[in-house]
Amino acid sequence: MRNFFRVAFLVVRKDMMVEARSLEVLSTTLFFALTVVLVFAFGLVREGRPVDDVAAAILWIATAFSGTLALGRTFERERQADTLRALLLAPADRPAIYAGKLAGMLLLMGLVELVLVPLVGLLFQAPIFNYPWTLVALLVTGTTGFAAVGTLFAAMLVRARSRDVMLPILLYPITVPVMIAGVRGTAAIFQSTPDEPLARFWVALLVFFDVVFVTLALWTFEPVMTE
Amino acid sequence: MSRLNQIELALAGLMLAAAPWVINAAPYESTMGLVQKIFYFHMPSAWLFLIAAIVSGVASAIFLFGKKKNADGWALAAAELAVVFGIITLVTGPLWARKAWGIWWVWDARLTSSLILWMIFVAYLLLRRYGGPGSDKLGAGMALFGLANVPFIFVSVNVWRTLHPQTSVVPTLPVQMGGPLWFCVFAFLLLFLALLSMRARLERHRMRIEDLYLAEDEA
Amino acid sequence: MSGDFEHVSVVQLGRHYGRRRALTDISFTARAGDIVGLLGSNGAGKSTLLSILGTLLVASTGRVEYGAVTVADGGPGLRSRIGMLGHDLFLYPELTARENLVFFGRLYGLEDVAARVATALERAGLTARGDDPVSSYSRGMRQRVALERALLHQPRLLLLDEPFTGLDQASTSALVARLREEQARGVLIILATHDLDIVDGLLTRELFLRNGRLLAIAGGEGPLRDRYRAAVAAS
Repeated sequence: MRNFFRVAFLVVRKDMMVEARSLEVLSTTLFFALTVVLVFAFGLVREGRPVDDVAAAILWIATAFSGTLALGRTFERERQADTLRALLLAPADRPAIYAGKLAGMLLLMGLVELVLVPLVGLLFQAPIFNYPWTLVALLVTGTTGFAAVGTLFAAMLVRARSRDVMLPILLYPITVPVMIAGVRGTAAIFQSTPDEPLARFWVALLVFFDVVFVTLALWTFEPVMTE
Repeated sequence: MSRLNQIELALAGLMLAAAPWVINAAPYESTMGLVQKIFYFHMPSAWLFLIAAIVSGVASAIFLFGKKKNADGWALAAAELAVVFGIITLVTGPLWARKAWGIWWVWDARLTSSLILWMIFVAYLLLRRYGGPGSDKLGAGMALFGLANVPFIFVSVNVWRTLHPQTSVVPTLPVQMGGPLWFCVFAFLLLFLALLSMRARLERHRMRIEDLYLAEDEA
Repeated sequence: MSGDFEHVSVVQLGRHYGRRRALTDISFTARAGDIVGLLGSNGAGKSTLLSILGTLLVASTGRVEYGAVTVADGGPGLRSRIGMLGHDLFLYPELTARENLVFFGRLYGLEDVAARVATALERAGLTARGDDPVSSYSRGMRQRVALERALLHQPRLLLLDEPFTGLDQASTSALVARLREEQARGVLIILATHDLDIVDGLLTRELFLRNGRLLAIAGGEGPLRDRYRAAVAAS
C-alpha cells in the first residue's frame, strides 16, 4: 500500500520536474483556455451582456477543451523516448503509475483553473465568491472525474492510430455527466437567486462518479496497457 | 445460419409482418391519438438498445478481465446492435415528439440519455475501425466505461430535464395496450437474439480465418 | 524481491498482429554468462522478441521461462531482474542524466540511490556532464546513460535493441568492453543487431532471424557475415 503511494508520488514528481524545465504544456494549455473563453464569449454575449448561465458553461467548456489538449501533450511526451514503456517495465504496480499520471494531470488543470475562474468572474460578472467552498468542491470533483477518465484513455491511445481525434471522441461522451454536473452546479451558484442545495447535490453526484471511475480506471489500467 | 437462428428470424419476420394489424387493434391513447402508436416500435427498440449496451459492456469486462477471446466478438456484435436499435429509438422518438408536442427534439431526460449512450457506442465502433491494431482491448475499456456510466447519465440528465412520460407508463397502460406492446417486444427480441448470435458467430469465423492465414503462413 | 534465475528458455514462441506473423516457433535456451545475438535485417522480428522477453509484449503462442517462472507468475518481482536498453533509449530528455538515474533508481526501489547513481555516472564517464539535460548529449553519451539506467538495479537479464546504432568507434569499443564486464558477472545478455561485424567474436550464441523464424543456431568457423549469408541461402 505504501509502495503504491511511493510510486505514484515519484511519477508526479518526475512529471513536475519535466514540466518545470520548459513549462511548455502549462503555458500553452493556459493560453488555449483563454482563447476558448474569448471565442465562446463572442458567440454568447449579446449587446455587452452575457446570457444567463454563460459564465458557468464557458468555464467548464474551456476546462474540458484545454484539458483534452493537455492530456494529449503529456502522453505525447511519454512517447518521445518510449518512456511509457520504461515505466511499465519497472517492477512498480501499474495502477500506481496511472495514479501518478492522474495526480500530475490534476495539478496541471488545477493551475489552469486557478487562472480561469477569476477571469470568468471578471469577464462575465460572475459571483465567484458567493459560495467559494462549494465552487471549489465542484471544480475539484469535476476535474477529478474528467481527468480520471481522460488519463486512462490518453494512456490507452498512446500506441493507437488517429489518437489525436480519438481522445475527444471517446472522452466527451463518457464525461457528459461530469459536464452536466459541473455546469449546472456552477450555474446554480452563479445565478441571481443561488440554489446552494442543488449545487451540493451535484457535488455529491460528482463524488460518486469519481469513486466509481477512478476505481474502474485503476482496475483496467493494467489489462488495457499490456499488448 | 443455425437452425435456432432460422427459427428466430422466421418467427420475428412473421410477427413484425403481423404487427401493423396487432397495433391497429390496440385502443387509441386519449390525448395523442394515432400518433402514439409509434410507441409500439419505439419502446421495444429503446429497451433492446439498453440491453445491447449492457451485453456489450459485460462481454467487454469478460474479455478484459476473464481474458476470453470469444467475448470480444459478442461485445462487438452487441455494440453494433446498440447503435442500430439506438438509431431506431432516436428517430422514432423525435417523430413522435414532433406530432405529440410540436417540436422535434425536446432535450428531455430519457431521449438525451439515449443520445449520449448511443454516441458512446458509435465512438466504440469508430475506435475499433480506425484505431489500428490493439483496438480490441481499447474498445473493451471504452465499452466498460460506457456501461458503468449508464446510471450517472440517467441521473444527471434526469435532474437536468424532465418531460418524458414517466417510467411507470407500462403498468398504467390499459390492459388492451399491454398486449400489442409485449407482442412487439417479443418480435424485436427474437430479431435481436438472432442478429446478435449471427454477428458474434461471424466475428468468431473472422478470427478463425485470421488464425488459418497464420497457420498457412507457417506451413 | 525474489525472482532470480539462472537461465531463460523460450519455448515455441509465436506472436502475430492480426494477419501479420511477427514471430513463428522460436525456441532456445540461454544461460547466465551467455551473450546471445539476435541477428537479422530490419523487420525480422528482433524487436518483437526482445519486447516479449522484457515482458512488455504478450506472446500469442508459446511461453518464456525465466528459471522456473513464467511471466504470468512472475509479476513485479520478475521485472526487477530484467533490464532493457530500448531502441528509443527510455530517457527523459528534459531531465539531467543524474535526475533520470535517480528517478529510475527510486522507481525500482533501490537502496542507497545517490551512491549508485554516482558510480553509474562514473562508469559512463559522465560525472562532469551529469547535471546537464540529456537533450544536450550526443547519441553516444545518451547511449551510455541509457545503459547505466538499464544496469542500475543489477538485473539478471539484460536486453539490448540495436545498441550500436549511431555510435562511433570509441563508443562502440567502450560498449563492447562494458558488456564483457557484465558477462563476467554472470549477467545473461541478449542483444539484437544487424551490425554483424561489430559483434563478431563477442557473442557466445548466434540466433539468425528471418521473417520471424529462426534460420539456424549456427556455430562454426568463419566471419559471422559469411555464416549468416550461408544460412540465408540454405533456407
